[in-house]
Amino acid sequence: MAETGPDQATFAPDEMMTVTAARGLRNGQVCFVGIGLPSEAANLARLSHAPDVVLIYESGTIGTRPEILPLSIGDGELAEMADLVVSVPEVFSYWLQGGRIDVGFLSAAQIDRYGNLNSTVIGSYDHPDVRLPGAGGAPEIASSAGEVIVMLRQNSRSFVESVDFVTSVGFGRDGEGRIGNVGAGPSVVITDLGVLRPDAVSHELTLVAIHPGVSVDDAVTATGWDLLVSDPLDVTEPPTSAELATLRDLQARTREAHARREASAIDH
Amino acid sequence: MAEIVSLADAVGDLVPDGATVAMEGFTHLIPFAAGHEMIRQQKKDLTLARMTPDVIYDQLIGMGCARGLIFSWGGNPGVGSLHRFRDAVEHGHPRAIELEEHSHAGMATRYAAGASGLPFGVLRGYAGSDLLAHTSVARITCPFTGEELAAVPALRPDVTVIHAQQADRKGNVGMWGISGVQREAVLAARSSIVTVEEVVDELTATGPNHVMLPTWTVTAVAPVPGGSHPSYSMGFTTRDNAFYTEWDGISRDRDTFSAWMREFVVDTSDHAAYLDKISNHANG
Repeated sequence: MAETGPDQATFAPDEMMTVTAARGLRNGQVCFVGIGLPSEAANLARLSHAPDVVLIYESGTIGTRPEILPLSIGDGELAEMADLVVSVPEVFSYWLQGGRIDVGFLSAAQIDRYGNLNSTVIGSYDHPDVRLPGAGGAPEIASSAGEVIVMLRQNSRSFVESVDFVTSVGFGRDGEGRIGNVGAGPSVVITDLGVLRPDAVSHELTLVAIHPGVSVDDAVTATGWDLLVSDPLDVTEPPTSAELATLRDLQARTREAHARREASAIDH
Repeated sequence: MAEIVSLADAVGDLVPDGATVAMEGFTHLIPFAAGHEMIRQQKKDLTLARMTPDVIYDQLIGMGCARGLIFSWGGNPGVGSLHRFRDAVEHGHPRAIELEEHSHAGMATRYAAGASGLPFGVLRGYAGSDLLAHTSVARITCPFTGEELAAVPALRPDVTVIHAQQADRKGNVGMWGISGVQREAVLAARSSIVTVEEVVDELTATGPNHVMLPTWTVTAVAPVPGGSHPSYSMGFTTRDNAFYTEWDGISRDRDTFSAWMREFVVDTSDHAAYLDKISNHANG
């Protein structure tokens, strides 16, 4: 990836994606966090520009500040560092459905031009080529959070003309399908190549920025539909050395902790 | 009143072939020992309910114990696929399983309706999702505001199985940390088994809410130290994240999986023997 100046080290596309997604969270927002890429970005935000962001995981851990990234959505770390821990029915009813979440942070296996997300199957539902884990909390996060930030790697398998299954609705298959959903839907899609936002009228995802070292052609080729490209097109600010250091430190702490089998794991 | 019994007796008495069994625990306090005991007793044709099937249902499905699965997220958390679950859905191996698939909010609402003695529960959910066409969800209209909402049928398991930190000698259950949907799942079920880290004279937690489930809501309590491994019991054990990662390799191949299940589960006499084997393996 690009050398971007004397103060910044070389960075990987995934790092650019995570840093960009982290910047999308504002200090003080209440964020319902999915596991994996979103969890990494949300915690990077908390450890850098947004110390008072409130992170909620679907295990019922509210206001949690994990030292290391959780492997699962319910690692002990999340409970120990939480302001409060509520039951799963409560987190979905009072906190999410109740309208207390500003931002839902999601990923998926597939996305289409209207921001609909698939995490259920590749192929047909009854005879799938690949059976994916399924919905989890995503459909109601997509429905009820004030807005949704989506992050996923951009390639021809993930950015498809038509998702095989709408697990979580963006703007519906026809771009007009948020009937019955309270939140505003996807506000931004952040990938390893750039940033897309839905058009205000048609809701079609439009490339609004590319990351340093990425060409428009790269983004177009990695997209399974005719990609709308905004004019003018922004170039994302590269990661600062502080952002990179914080992210890499978090990843290193996490890798070390997850590889260690503590004796207390098999006590009896 | 709950009876304090051995795990083998609890599973033998309360889990008949063909039963609908919910084994809950949201990452924390997953009742692995009870799942292993069902495999040792060669339970058949179970309909397994659980929000997050996790490795425990990967094992039961791979060993052919399941006829159906009621769930909302079937992966190995933070690692990837559940390979035995995928093999059953994609290739019908070792047998095809019938899926009844929901979102987390839908499953939680179903258990809460079951615990409430209601025929269905209501949520604002599923709108625009293809799940609507593939599962037991109906659209209903609010009689007061006219808003369109989703209705999901109550889930009433024949038996719910959970793991907790403690029970006292009367069978009152004490539990802390991430509590998932366990209280709803037990109160929704016709009978229940609670495995616990320890049976004590007095529960450690104090105060007016120190009992998670009173003894008269529970059928059987079975002491099983370490009974949630590789999940964890806050205050007693930590999550064996390294095992969850290793499971990906163990479960990917049918033969490797079968050999592991034979060595660590089928051929071990009980959970203590399983933990000894895991411990020797980890340190060996």
